[in-house]
Amino acid sequence: MSDLTKLTIVQAHEGLKKKEFTSVDLTKAYLENIKKFDKEINAFLFVDEKGALEQAKVADVKIKSENFGMLCGIPCAIKDNILVENLKCTAASKMLENYVATYDATVVKRLKDKGAVILGKTNLDEFAFGSSCENSAFGPTKNPHDKTRVAGGSSGGSAAAVAANMACYALGSDTGCSIRLPASFCGIVGLKTTYGAVSRYGLIASASSIDQIGPLAKNAEDAEIILEVISGKDNMDATSADFVYKEGKVNIKGLKIGLPKEYFGAGLDKDVEKVIRAAIKKFQDQGAEVIEIGMPSFEFALACYYIIQPAEASANLARFDGIKYGLSVAGEDLLDVYLKSKGHGFGPETKRRIMIGTYTLSSGYYDSYYKKAQEVREMVKQDFKKAFEKVNIIMGPVVPYPAFKIGEKFDDPLSMYLADINTVPVNLAGVPGLSLPVGKIGKLPVGLQIIGNHFQENKILSVATQWF
Amino acid sequence: MISKEEVEHIAKLARLELTSEEVKKMQKDLSEILDYFNLLKKAPKIKIRSTKSEIRNLRKDEVIPSYDIKDKLIAAAPDKKDGYIKVKAIL
Repeated sequence: MSDLTKLTIVQAHEGLKKKEFTSVDLTKAYLENIKKFDKEINAFLFVDEKGALEQAKVADVKIKSENFGMLCGIPCAIKDNILVENLKCTAASKMLENYVATYDATVVKRLKDKGAVILGKTNLDEFAFGSSCENSAFGPTKNPHDKTRVAGGSSGGSAAAVAANMACYALGSDTGCSIRLPASFCGIVGLKTTYGAVSRYGLIASASSIDQIGPLAKNAEDAEIILEVISGKDNMDATSADFVYKEGKVNIKGLKIGLPKEYFGAGLDKDVEKVIRAAIKKFQDQGAEVIEIGMPSFEFALACYYIIQPAEASANLARFDGIKYGLSVAGEDLLDVYLKSKGHGFGPETKRRIMIGTYTLSSGYYDSYYKKAQEVREMVKQDFKKAFEKVNIIMGPVVPYPAFKIGEKFDDPLSMYLADINTVPVNLAGVPGLSLPVGKIGKLPVGLQIIGNHFQENKILSVATQWF
Repeated sequence: MISKEEVEHIAKLARLELTSEEVKKMQKDLSEILDYFNLLKKAPKIKIRSTKSEIRNLRKDEVIPSYDIKDKLIAAAPDKKDGYIKVKAIL
Protein backbone atom coordinates (compact mmCIF):
# COMPACT_ATOMS: atom_id res chain seq x y z
CA MET A 1 0.00 0.00 0.00
CA SER A 2 1.38 3.43 -0.92
CA ASP A 3 1.60 6.15 1.72
CA LEU A 4 -2.01 6.80 2.68
CA THR A 5 -1.20 10.03 4.48
CA LYS A 6 -0.16 11.72 1.23
CA LEU A 7 -3.64 11.38 -0.24
CA THR A 8 -5.96 14.35 -0.62
CA ILE A 9 -9.55 14.14 0.64
CA VAL A 10 -10.74 13.36 -2.88
CA GLN A 11 -8.15 10.59 -3.36
CA ALA A 12 -8.76 9.09 0.07
CA HIS A 13 -12.50 9.11 -0.58
CA GLU A 14 -11.95 7.23 -3.86
CA GLY A 15 -9.79 4.68 -2.07
CA LEU A 16 -12.42 4.13 0.61
CA LYS A 17 -15.08 3.78 -2.05
CA LYS A 18 -13.05 1.19 -4.00
CA LYS A 19 -12.30 -0.65 -0.72
CA GLU A 20 -8.55 -0.29 -1.28
CA PHE A 21 -8.25 0.55 2.42
CA THR A 22 -10.49 1.35 5.38
CA SER A 23 -10.90 4.43 7.53
CA VAL A 24 -9.16 2.50 10.33
CA ASP A 25 -6.15 1.96 8.00
CA LEU A 26 -6.11 5.68 7.18
CA THR A 27 -6.45 6.69 10.82
CA LYS A 28 -3.68 4.33 11.94
CA ALA A 29 -1.38 5.70 9.23
CA TYR A 30 -1.91 9.25 10.47
CA LEU A 31 -1.49 8.27 14.12
CA GLU A 32 1.78 6.55 13.11
CA ASN A 33 3.03 9.77 11.48
CA ILE A 34 2.07 11.80 14.53
CA LYS A 35 4.11 9.41 16.70
CA LYS A 36 7.04 9.63 14.29
CA PHE A 37 7.17 13.37 13.60
CA ASP A 38 5.29 15.30 16.24
CA LYS A 39 7.81 15.10 19.06
CA GLU A 40 9.90 17.45 17.00
CA ILE A 41 7.23 19.53 15.25
CA ASN A 42 4.78 19.95 18.16
CA ALA A 43 1.70 20.47 16.01
CA PHE A 44 -0.64 18.62 18.38
CA LEU A 45 -1.48 19.59 21.95
CA PHE A 46 -3.61 16.50 22.39
CA VAL A 47 -3.98 13.33 20.34
CA ASP A 48 -7.19 11.36 20.83
CA GLU A 49 -5.99 7.99 19.57
CA LYS A 50 -8.81 5.98 21.12
CA GLY A 51 -11.58 8.35 20.06
CA ALA A 52 -10.21 8.61 16.52
CA LEU A 53 -10.09 4.82 16.07
CA GLU A 54 -13.63 4.50 17.40
CA GLN A 55 -14.85 7.17 14.95
CA ALA A 56 -12.99 5.36 12.15
CA LYS A 57 -14.75 2.08 12.97
CA VAL A 58 -18.13 3.80 12.89
CA ALA A 59 -17.18 5.43 9.58
CA ASP A 60 -16.19 2.06 8.13
CA VAL A 61 -19.66 0.71 8.85
CA LYS A 62 -21.17 3.72 7.07
CA ILE A 63 -18.78 3.23 4.15
CA LYS A 64 -19.87 -0.39 3.76
CA SER A 65 -23.43 0.87 3.27
CA GLU A 66 -22.02 2.83 0.31
CA ASN A 67 -24.03 5.89 1.23
CA PHE A 68 -21.37 8.21 2.56
CA GLY A 69 -20.11 11.74 1.98
CA MET A 70 -16.67 13.02 0.98
CA LEU A 71 -15.49 13.61 4.55
CA CYS A 72 -16.67 10.28 5.96
CA GLY A 73 -13.79 8.36 7.47
CA ILE A 74 -11.20 11.04 6.63
CA PRO A 75 -8.93 11.97 9.58
CA CYS A 76 -8.64 15.64 10.49
CA ALA A 77 -7.24 17.92 13.19
CA ILE A 78 -8.99 20.76 15.02
CA LYS A 79 -7.35 23.94 16.30
CA ASP A 80 -7.40 23.92 20.08
CA ASN A 81 -9.58 27.01 20.38
CA ILE A 82 -12.53 25.14 18.83
CA LEU A 83 -14.55 22.98 21.21
CA VAL A 84 -14.82 19.21 20.75
CA GLU A 85 -17.10 17.74 23.38
CA ASN A 86 -15.33 15.82 26.16
CA LEU A 87 -11.86 16.72 24.87
CA LYS A 88 -9.62 19.26 26.53
CA CYS A 89 -9.70 22.70 24.94
CA THR A 90 -6.79 24.82 26.13
CA ALA A 91 -6.49 27.67 23.61
CA ALA A 92 -2.77 26.99 24.28
CA SER A 93 -3.16 28.81 27.60
CA LYS A 94 -2.30 27.85 31.17
CA MET A 95 -5.64 29.42 31.97
CA LEU A 96 -7.46 26.52 30.27
CA GLU A 97 -4.84 23.81 30.72
CA ASN A 98 -7.35 21.43 32.34
CA TYR A 99 -10.56 22.68 30.77
CA VAL A 100 -12.70 19.99 29.13
CA ALA A 101 -15.17 21.18 26.47
CA THR A 102 -18.80 20.79 27.51
CA TYR A 103 -20.21 20.77 23.98
CA ASP A 104 -19.26 20.54 20.29
CA ALA A 105 -18.68 23.67 18.26
CA THR A 106 -21.15 23.84 15.38
CA VAL A 107 -18.36 23.24 12.85
CA VAL A 108 -17.27 20.13 14.78
CA LYS A 109 -20.84 18.89 15.02
CA ARG A 110 -21.21 19.32 11.26
CA LEU A 111 -18.00 17.39 10.61
CA LYS A 112 -19.02 14.61 13.00
CA ASP A 113 -22.44 14.36 11.33
CA LYS A 114 -20.57 13.62 8.10
CA GLY A 115 -18.52 10.87 9.72
CA ALA A 116 -15.25 12.77 10.20
CA VAL A 117 -12.45 11.25 12.27
CA ILE A 118 -10.93 13.72 14.72
CA LEU A 119 -7.28 12.90 15.43
CA GLY A 120 -6.67 15.60 17.99
CA LYS A 121 -6.33 19.27 18.86
CA THR A 122 -3.64 21.47 17.37
CA ASN A 123 -1.30 24.09 18.74
CA LEU A 124 -1.82 27.84 18.41
CA ASP A 125 -0.64 31.13 19.80
CA GLU A 126 -2.33 31.53 23.18
CA PHE A 127 -5.97 32.52 22.52
CA ALA A 128 -4.95 32.89 18.84
CA PHE A 129 -2.90 36.01 19.60
CA GLY A 130 0.11 35.85 17.35
CA SER A 131 1.61 35.21 13.94
CA SER A 132 4.23 32.56 14.72
CA CYS A 133 2.71 30.00 17.13
CA GLU A 134 5.49 30.92 19.59
CA ASN A 135 3.00 32.40 22.05
CA SER A 136 1.67 28.94 22.92
CA ALA A 137 2.03 28.13 26.62
CA PHE A 138 3.04 24.64 25.48
CA GLY A 139 5.93 25.50 23.19
CA PRO A 140 6.10 26.64 19.56
CA THR A 141 5.15 24.55 16.53
CA LYS A 142 8.09 24.11 14.18
CA ASN A 143 7.91 24.52 10.44
CA PRO A 144 8.01 21.07 8.78
CA HIS A 145 10.06 22.52 5.89
CA ASP A 146 12.77 23.91 8.18
CA LYS A 147 12.57 23.07 11.85
CA THR A 148 14.59 26.11 12.91
CA ARG A 149 11.75 28.29 11.63
CA VAL A 150 8.24 29.09 12.80
CA ALA A 151 5.17 27.38 11.34
CA GLY A 152 3.34 30.73 11.43
CA GLY A 153 0.38 31.57 13.56
CA SER A 154 -1.89 31.48 15.05
CA SER A 155 -3.17 28.21 13.49
CA GLY A 156 0.42 26.92 13.29
CA GLY A 157 -0.38 23.46 14.60
CA SER A 158 -3.18 22.95 12.07
CA ALA A 159 -0.97 24.11 9.18
CA ALA A 160 2.05 22.04 10.24
CA ALA A 161 -0.10 18.94 10.82
CA VAL A 162 -1.44 19.09 7.25
CA ALA A 163 1.95 19.98 5.75
CA ALA A 164 3.71 17.09 7.55
CA ASN A 165 0.98 14.55 6.65
CA MET A 166 -0.16 14.23 10.25
CA ALA A 167 -3.77 15.06 9.26
CA CYS A 168 -5.57 15.04 5.92
CA TYR A 169 -7.04 18.46 6.64
CA ALA A 170 -7.60 20.75 9.60
CA LEU A 171 -9.77 23.56 10.88
CA GLY A 172 -8.31 26.85 11.99
CA SER A 173 -9.54 30.33 12.83
CA ASP A 174 -8.45 33.60 11.27
CA THR A 175 -8.79 36.93 13.05
CA GLY A 176 -5.94 38.84 11.39
CA CYS A 177 -3.83 36.30 9.52
CA SER A 178 -4.22 33.10 11.48
CA ILE A 179 -5.22 30.67 8.71
CA ARG A 180 -3.54 32.27 5.71
CA LEU A 181 -0.18 33.11 7.27
CA PRO A 182 0.64 29.62 8.62
CA ALA A 183 -0.76 28.10 5.38
CA SER A 184 1.64 30.32 3.45
CA PHE A 185 4.63 29.45 5.67
CA CYS A 186 3.84 25.70 5.57
CA GLY A 187 3.00 25.47 1.86
CA ILE A 188 -0.64 24.40 2.05
CA VAL A 189 -4.03 25.93 1.18
CA GLY A 190 -5.78 27.98 3.87
CA LEU A 191 -9.10 29.78 3.48
CA LYS A 192 -10.29 32.65 5.64
CA THR A 193 -14.02 32.69 5.00
CA THR A 194 -16.39 35.66 4.65
CA TYR A 195 -17.53 37.11 7.99
CA GLY A 196 -20.77 35.24 8.67
CA ALA A 197 -20.15 32.33 6.28
CA VAL A 198 -19.24 29.87 9.05
CA SER A 199 -20.74 29.64 12.54
CA ARG A 200 -18.41 30.58 15.43
CA TYR A 201 -20.48 28.84 18.08
CA GLY A 202 -17.94 26.94 20.14
CA LEU A 203 -14.94 28.99 19.01
CA ILE A 204 -13.14 30.62 21.94
CA ALA A 205 -13.62 34.29 21.06
CA SER A 206 -10.68 36.50 20.22
CA ALA A 207 -12.23 39.53 18.49
CA SER A 208 -15.88 38.95 17.74
CA SER A 209 -16.32 41.42 14.90
CA ILE A 210 -13.54 39.70 12.90
CA ASP A 211 -13.05 36.06 14.03
CA GLN A 212 -13.82 33.45 11.38
CA ILE A 213 -13.31 29.67 11.16
CA GLY A 214 -12.00 28.11 7.96
CA PRO A 215 -10.28 25.07 6.43
CA LEU A 216 -6.59 24.25 5.99
CA ALA A 217 -6.07 21.60 3.33
CA LYS A 218 -3.69 20.04 0.84
CA ASN A 219 -5.35 21.78 -2.11
CA ALA A 220 -8.22 24.09 -3.04
CA GLU A 221 -10.50 21.25 -4.08
CA ASP A 222 -10.28 19.78 -0.56
CA ALA A 223 -10.83 23.20 1.04
CA GLU A 224 -14.02 23.52 -0.97
CA ILE A 225 -15.34 20.15 0.27
CA ILE A 226 -14.74 21.19 3.89
CA LEU A 227 -16.28 24.63 3.41
CA GLU A 228 -19.41 23.10 1.95
CA VAL A 229 -19.90 21.07 5.14
CA ILE A 230 -19.03 23.67 7.79
CA SER A 231 -20.67 26.79 6.30
CA GLY A 232 -24.20 28.09 6.59
CA LYS A 233 -26.75 29.50 8.99
CA ASP A 234 -26.62 28.41 12.63
CA ASN A 235 -29.19 29.42 15.23
CA MET A 236 -26.47 29.38 17.88
CA ASP A 237 -24.50 32.18 16.17
CA ALA A 238 -26.50 35.33 15.45
CA THR A 239 -23.76 36.58 13.12
CA SER A 240 -23.95 33.53 10.85
CA ALA A 241 -25.50 34.32 7.49
CA ASP A 242 -28.03 32.55 5.32
CA PHE A 243 -25.24 31.31 3.11
CA VAL A 244 -25.42 28.16 1.06
CA TYR A 245 -22.18 27.34 -0.68
CA LYS A 246 -22.51 26.78 -4.41
CA GLU A 247 -19.70 25.76 -6.71
CA GLY A 248 -18.97 28.40 -9.34
CA LYS A 249 -16.63 28.01 -12.25
CA VAL A 250 -14.66 31.11 -13.14
CA ASN A 251 -13.23 31.57 -16.61
CA ILE A 252 -9.62 32.73 -16.30
CA LYS A 253 -9.79 34.18 -19.80
CA GLY A 254 -10.99 37.73 -19.32
CA LEU A 255 -10.73 37.56 -15.50
CA LYS A 256 -9.76 40.96 -14.11
CA ILE A 257 -7.12 40.56 -11.40
CA GLY A 258 -6.42 43.60 -9.21
CA LEU A 259 -2.93 44.02 -7.76
CA PRO A 260 -2.90 46.56 -4.92
CA LYS A 261 0.28 48.58 -5.35
CA GLU A 262 0.49 48.78 -1.54
CA TYR A 263 1.25 45.02 -1.54
CA PHE A 264 4.35 45.53 -3.69
CA GLY A 265 6.07 48.30 -1.74
CA ALA A 266 9.46 48.59 -0.06
CA GLY A 267 8.79 45.99 2.65
CA LEU A 268 8.35 43.13 0.19
CA ASP A 269 11.19 40.59 0.03
CA LYS A 270 12.58 40.54 -3.53
CA ASP A 271 12.48 36.74 -3.79
CA VAL A 272 8.87 36.62 -2.55
CA GLU A 273 7.98 39.25 -5.15
CA LYS A 274 9.54 37.14 -7.91
CA VAL A 275 7.54 34.05 -6.89
CA ILE A 276 4.29 36.04 -6.61
CA ARG A 277 4.73 37.86 -9.94
CA ALA A 278 5.59 34.58 -11.69
CA ALA A 279 2.45 32.98 -10.20
CA ILE A 280 0.25 35.82 -11.41
CA LYS A 281 1.91 35.65 -14.84
CA LYS A 282 0.52 32.11 -15.17
CA PHE A 283 -3.02 33.50 -14.92
CA GLN A 284 -2.11 36.16 -17.49
CA ASP A 285 -0.88 33.41 -19.81
CA GLN A 286 -4.36 31.90 -19.55
CA GLY A 287 -5.90 35.19 -20.63
CA ALA A 288 -6.46 37.06 -17.36
CA GLU A 289 -6.07 40.83 -17.33
CA VAL A 290 -3.93 42.34 -14.57
CA ILE A 291 -4.88 45.80 -13.31
CA GLU A 292 -2.88 47.78 -10.77
CA ILE A 293 -5.17 49.22 -8.11
CA GLY A 294 -4.71 51.61 -5.20
CA MET A 295 -5.90 50.71 -1.70
CA PRO A 296 -4.89 53.85 0.25
CA SER A 297 -6.42 52.55 3.49
CA PHE A 298 -3.92 49.67 3.62
CA GLU A 299 -1.30 52.08 5.00
CA PHE A 300 -3.45 52.44 8.14
CA ALA A 301 -5.05 48.99 8.30
CA LEU A 302 -2.50 47.36 10.59
CA ALA A 303 -2.68 50.12 13.20
CA CYS A 304 -6.47 50.00 12.94
CA TYR A 305 -6.48 46.23 13.43
CA TYR A 306 -4.17 46.33 16.44
CA ILE A 307 -6.57 48.75 18.13
CA ILE A 308 -9.80 46.91 17.32
CA GLN A 309 -8.54 43.37 17.94
CA PRO A 310 -7.10 43.94 21.45
CA ALA A 311 -10.07 46.12 22.39
CA GLU A 312 -12.53 43.34 21.60
CA ALA A 313 -10.21 40.66 22.98
CA SER A 314 -9.77 42.45 26.30
CA ALA A 315 -13.55 42.44 26.69
CA ASN A 316 -13.85 38.78 25.63
CA LEU A 317 -11.11 37.65 28.02
CA ALA A 318 -12.78 39.28 31.00
CA ARG A 319 -14.73 36.01 31.37
CA PHE A 320 -11.59 34.21 32.57
CA ASP A 321 -11.94 35.33 36.15
CA GLY A 322 -11.12 32.17 38.12
CA ILE A 323 -14.80 31.70 39.04
CA LYS A 324 -16.69 30.06 36.20
CA TYR A 325 -14.11 27.69 34.68
CA GLY A 326 -10.40 27.41 34.01
CA LEU A 327 -7.57 28.28 36.35
CA SER A 328 -8.48 29.61 39.76
CA VAL A 329 -5.84 30.91 42.14
CA ALA A 330 -6.90 31.36 45.76
CA GLY A 331 -6.96 34.92 47.04
CA GLU A 332 -7.93 36.92 50.10
CA ASP A 333 -11.02 38.44 48.54
CA LEU A 334 -12.84 38.38 45.19
CA LEU A 335 -10.62 41.06 43.60
CA ASP A 336 -7.55 39.13 44.70
CA VAL A 337 -8.89 35.95 43.02
CA TYR A 338 -9.37 37.90 39.77
CA LEU A 339 -5.93 39.50 39.89
CA LYS A 340 -4.05 36.33 40.72
CA SER A 341 -5.96 34.01 38.38
CA LYS A 342 -5.43 36.32 35.42
CA GLY A 343 -1.86 37.11 36.43
CA HIS A 344 -0.91 33.42 36.62
CA GLY A 345 -3.12 32.11 33.83
CA PHE A 346 -2.26 34.44 30.94
CA GLY A 347 1.02 34.51 29.02
CA PRO A 348 2.96 37.64 27.96
CA GLU A 349 1.25 38.35 24.62
CA THR A 350 -2.22 37.83 26.06
CA LYS A 351 -1.41 40.25 28.85
CA ARG A 352 -0.12 42.74 26.28
CA ARG A 353 -3.34 42.53 24.26
CA ILE A 354 -5.48 42.96 27.36
CA MET A 355 -3.42 45.99 28.33
CA ILE A 356 -3.58 47.58 24.85
CA GLY A 357 -7.33 46.96 24.67
CA THR A 358 -8.02 48.29 28.13
CA TYR A 359 -5.86 51.35 27.44
CA THR A 360 -7.49 52.29 24.14
CA LEU A 361 -10.98 51.81 25.57
CA SER A 362 -10.29 53.70 28.76
CA SER A 363 -11.80 57.06 29.43
CA GLY A 364 -10.02 59.90 27.65
CA TYR A 365 -8.44 57.73 24.95
CA TYR A 366 -11.50 56.24 23.29
CA ASP A 367 -11.90 58.91 20.61
CA SER A 368 -8.31 59.06 19.53
CA TYR A 369 -7.90 55.28 19.28
CA TYR A 370 -11.01 53.14 19.09
CA LYS A 371 -13.25 55.63 17.31
CA LYS A 372 -10.48 56.58 14.90
CA ALA A 373 -9.88 52.89 14.19
CA GLN A 374 -13.56 52.42 13.35
CA GLU A 375 -13.25 55.23 10.81
CA VAL A 376 -10.25 53.58 9.20
CA ARG A 377 -12.11 50.28 9.15
CA GLU A 378 -14.85 51.98 7.14
CA MET A 379 -12.15 53.28 4.76
CA VAL A 380 -10.86 49.73 4.26
CA LYS A 381 -14.37 48.51 3.48
CA GLN A 382 -14.86 51.34 0.97
CA ASP A 383 -11.53 50.54 -0.72
CA PHE A 384 -12.58 46.93 -1.25
CA LYS A 385 -16.01 48.00 -2.46
CA LYS A 386 -14.51 50.35 -5.03
CA ALA A 387 -11.90 47.79 -6.07
CA PHE A 388 -14.50 45.10 -6.74
CA GLU A 389 -16.34 47.50 -9.04
CA LYS A 390 -13.25 47.41 -11.29
CA VAL A 391 -11.81 43.92 -10.80
CA ASN A 392 -13.14 40.41 -10.16
CA ILE A 393 -10.47 39.26 -7.78
CA ILE A 394 -7.49 40.70 -5.89
CA MET A 395 -4.07 39.08 -5.57
CA GLY A 396 -0.83 39.68 -3.72
CA PRO A 397 1.57 38.06 -1.28
CA VAL A 398 0.13 36.65 1.97
CA VAL A 399 3.22 37.68 3.92
CA PRO A 400 6.02 39.97 2.68
CA TYR A 401 8.65 37.33 3.57
CA PRO A 402 8.95 33.56 4.05
CA ALA A 403 8.92 31.80 7.46
CA PHE A 404 11.28 33.49 9.90
CA LYS A 405 13.55 31.93 12.52
CA ILE A 406 12.12 30.80 15.84
CA GLY A 407 12.91 33.55 18.35
CA GLU A 408 13.64 36.18 15.68
CA LYS A 409 10.64 38.39 16.43
CA PHE A 410 9.54 36.95 19.74
CA ASP A 411 10.73 39.80 21.96
CA ASP A 412 9.67 42.53 19.59
CA PRO A 413 5.85 42.59 19.52
CA LEU A 414 5.54 45.39 16.97
CA SER A 415 7.75 43.62 14.45
CA MET A 416 5.66 40.46 14.98
CA TYR A 417 2.45 42.46 14.38
CA LEU A 418 3.89 43.77 11.11
CA ALA A 419 3.86 40.20 9.71
CA ASP A 420 0.09 40.64 9.36
CA ILE A 421 0.32 43.76 7.21
CA ASN A 422 -1.12 42.11 4.05
CA THR A 423 -3.73 39.96 5.73
CA VAL A 424 -5.55 42.24 8.22
CA PRO A 425 -7.35 44.41 5.61
CA VAL A 426 -9.26 41.28 4.53
CA ASN A 427 -10.47 40.67 8.09
CA LEU A 428 -11.42 44.31 8.67
CA ALA A 429 -13.55 44.28 5.51
CA GLY A 430 -14.98 40.83 6.26
CA VAL A 431 -14.20 39.50 2.78
CA PRO A 432 -12.79 36.02 2.10
CA GLY A 433 -9.12 35.35 1.32
CA LEU A 434 -7.12 32.27 0.47
CA SER A 435 -3.46 31.34 0.65
CA LEU A 436 -2.30 29.22 -2.29
CA PRO A 437 1.19 27.71 -2.31
CA VAL A 438 2.78 28.93 -5.55
CA GLY A 439 6.50 28.44 -5.12
CA LYS A 440 9.46 28.22 -2.81
CA ILE A 441 12.54 30.16 -1.85
CA GLY A 442 15.00 27.39 -1.12
CA LYS A 443 13.01 25.08 1.17
CA LEU A 444 10.56 27.76 2.26
CA PRO A 445 7.08 27.94 0.71
CA VAL A 446 5.47 31.17 -0.51
CA GLY A 447 1.71 31.72 -0.55
CA LEU A 448 -0.27 33.79 -3.04
CA GLN A 449 -3.21 35.58 -1.45
CA ILE A 450 -6.41 35.48 -3.50
CA ILE A 451 -9.14 37.79 -2.21
CA GLY A 452 -12.76 37.88 -3.35
CA ASN A 453 -15.83 39.93 -2.59
CA HIS A 454 -18.23 38.95 0.23
CA PHE A 455 -19.46 35.33 -0.05
CA GLN A 456 -17.46 34.71 -3.22
CA GLU A 457 -15.47 31.82 -1.81
CA ASN A 458 -16.56 29.84 -4.88
CA LYS A 459 -14.79 32.32 -7.18
CA ILE A 460 -11.59 32.25 -5.15
CA LEU A 461 -11.56 28.46 -4.98
CA SER A 462 -12.27 28.09 -8.69
CA VAL A 463 -9.41 30.45 -9.54
CA ALA A 464 -7.11 28.59 -7.13
CA THR A 465 -7.87 25.22 -8.72
CA GLN A 466 -6.93 26.63 -12.12
CA TRP A 467 -3.39 27.62 -11.15
CA PHE A 468 -0.85 25.31 -12.74
CA MET B 1 7.42 56.51 27.54
CA ILE B 2 4.24 55.50 29.31
CA SER B 3 4.73 55.70 33.10
CA LYS B 4 4.88 52.88 35.61
CA GLU B 5 1.83 54.35 37.37
CA GLU B 6 -0.16 54.42 34.14
CA VAL B 7 0.65 50.75 33.42
CA GLU B 8 -0.38 49.83 36.96
CA HIS B 9 -3.61 51.80 36.62
CA ILE B 10 -4.55 50.05 33.35
CA ALA B 11 -3.62 46.65 34.81
CA LYS B 12 -5.92 47.32 37.75
CA LEU B 13 -8.77 48.24 35.41
CA ALA B 14 -8.16 44.93 33.61
CA ARG B 15 -8.00 43.03 36.92
CA LEU B 16 -4.56 41.79 35.89
CA GLU B 17 -1.72 41.19 38.34
CA LEU B 18 1.67 42.11 36.88
CA THR B 19 5.09 41.54 38.43
CA SER B 20 7.49 44.50 38.58
CA GLU B 21 9.46 43.04 35.65
CA GLU B 22 6.26 42.67 33.68
CA VAL B 23 5.37 46.31 34.40
CA LYS B 24 8.77 47.44 33.12
CA LYS B 25 8.51 45.39 29.91
CA MET B 26 4.91 46.57 29.45
CA GLN B 27 6.03 50.23 29.67
CA LYS B 28 8.43 49.68 26.79
CA ASP B 29 6.13 47.52 24.65
CA LEU B 30 3.00 49.65 25.11
CA SER B 31 4.93 52.83 24.34
CA GLU B 32 6.23 51.41 21.06
CA ILE B 33 2.83 50.08 20.06
CA LEU B 34 0.96 53.28 20.99
CA ASP B 35 3.56 55.31 19.06
CA TYR B 36 2.81 53.19 16.03
CA PHE B 37 -0.91 53.98 16.42
CA ASN B 38 -0.05 57.67 15.92
CA LEU B 39 0.07 56.81 12.23
CA LEU B 40 -3.73 57.03 12.29
CA LYS B 41 -3.52 60.79 12.84
CA LYS B 42 -2.56 60.97 9.15
CA ALA B 43 -5.66 59.06 8.06
CA PRO B 44 -8.40 61.15 6.44
CA LYS B 45 -11.57 61.79 8.45
CA ILE B 46 -14.54 59.83 7.24
CA LYS B 47 -18.09 59.35 8.36
CA ILE B 48 -19.10 55.89 9.53
CA ARG B 49 -22.30 54.60 8.05
CA SER B 50 -23.82 51.41 9.19
CA THR B 51 -24.41 49.35 6.07
CA LYS B 52 -27.34 47.15 5.29
CA SER B 53 -25.32 43.97 5.62
CA GLU B 54 -24.54 44.78 9.22
CA ILE B 55 -28.10 45.11 10.39
CA ARG B 56 -29.17 42.02 8.50
CA ASN B 57 -28.20 39.89 11.45
CA LEU B 58 -30.94 40.98 13.81
CA ARG B 59 -32.96 37.91 14.59
CA LYS B 60 -36.68 37.57 15.14
CA ASP B 61 -37.90 38.05 18.70
CA GLU B 62 -38.67 34.42 19.40
CA VAL B 63 -37.76 31.69 21.83
CA ILE B 64 -35.18 29.29 20.45
CA PRO B 65 -34.64 26.19 22.61
CA SER B 66 -31.02 25.75 23.63
CA TYR B 67 -29.18 22.65 24.77
CA ASP B 68 -29.41 21.84 28.44
CA ILE B 69 -25.81 21.70 29.59
CA LYS B 70 -26.36 23.35 32.97
CA ASP B 71 -24.90 20.49 35.02
CA LYS B 72 -21.83 20.22 32.81
CA LEU B 73 -21.22 23.96 33.08
CA ILE B 74 -21.47 23.93 36.85
CA ALA B 75 -19.18 20.88 36.98
CA ALA B 76 -16.52 22.95 35.19
CA ALA B 77 -16.49 25.64 37.91
CA PRO B 78 -13.49 25.51 40.27
CA ASP B 79 -15.58 25.96 43.42
CA LYS B 80 -19.23 24.88 43.78
CA LYS B 81 -21.80 23.64 46.22
CA ASP B 82 -25.29 22.13 45.79
CA GLY B 83 -25.55 23.07 42.13
CA TYR B 84 -24.35 26.64 42.72
CA ILE B 85 -21.02 28.27 41.82
CA LYS B 86 -19.29 29.62 44.92
CA VAL B 87 -17.58 33.00 45.00
CA LYS B 88 -15.81 34.94 47.72
CA ALA B 89 -17.96 37.35 49.70
CA ILE B 90 -18.25 40.64 47.84
CA LEU B 91 -19.14 42.84 50.81
